Amino acid sequence: MKELSLNVLDVAKNSVKAGAKNIRIEITETEDTLTLAISDDGCGMTPEFLQNVTDPFCTTRTTRAVGLGIPLLKLEAEQTGGSLSIESKHESTHPTDHGTTTAATFFKNHIDMTPLGDIKGTIITLIQGSPDIDFLFIHTSPDFDVRLDTKELREVLGDEVPLDNAEVLMWISENLSEQYGNN
Amino acid sequence: MKSLAELAAIREKMKDRVVLREGQGDIRVVVGMATCGIAAGARPVLSAFVEGVANAGLSDKVTVTQTGCIGICQYEPVVEVFEAGKEKVTYVKMTADKAKEVIEKHLKGGAPVAEYTIGNNQ
Repeated sequence: MKELSLNVLDVAKNSVKAGAKNIRIEITETEDTLTLAISDDGCGMTPEFLQNVTDPFCTTRTTRAVGLGIPLLKLEAEQTGGSLSIESKHESTHPTDHGTTTAATFFKNHIDMTPLGDIKGTIITLIQGSPDIDFLFIHTSPDFDVRLDTKELREVLGDEVPLDNAEVLMWISENLSEQYGNN
Repeated sequence: MKSLAELAAIREKMKDRVVLREGQGDIRVVVGMATCGIAAGARPVLSAFVEGVANAGLSDKVTVTQTGCIGICQYEPVVEVFEAGKEKVTYVKMTADKAKEVIEKHLKGGAPVAEYTIGNNQ
């Protein structure tokens, strides 16, 4: 992947596929580290699946027997000296508190660091693709604190205007740009 | 700052138009957004369709959606256009610029852009 934001999109799509109703995407930056955490309340993974999830030949896709999403993210983290961890509770054993958290830490100043890229584009793509899921996006760094909670937007919009309405998506895009301070 | 008040204004404005929403358009544009599509550049292609369709005033007629892996990863980004009563058109190796052309010529003009279809890229 050319941008970490594309890995975020890819991993969050797994949450969508796992039937999540809430997906939280948190990016925390310090001077030299970047931590990504994507948590969901989807169906979760069984311990057996979880054990093999970084194996490229472990996948839920049906069109090919290869799944590269998680292995790619792991590689990108490890090539900076960082790491990837996944915790998951499957609905069969955790009927009320199931879900998955995927977290990766990167050392930003490492020469092999993949740039974060267009994270705003990723958030908007996720909302456009799954307007009925609630996303909480938090991005903190020494320079800014950005936060977007689709639950709050939904309260204002009511039932009649969906989050994938073009004008709503444009509002979200401009809101995020302003929060990042590059309007 | 983009305030919640502005969001409420969008709600007001949409009141009369909501009847037309959700897949009621005649044309459906589907963008492949699995790992393969994302890695090949599907995100800007999707954005180009979402923005382009809205800007061209085609929102009532065209729905843009995302799907998983279509199964032809080597041709990603792949975009399929479904239109009632017509054969499916599959565009391959798409870019944001090609998307703009497809909106103009195909979605607006009714003539598929043969150059970008899978038949011409094998």
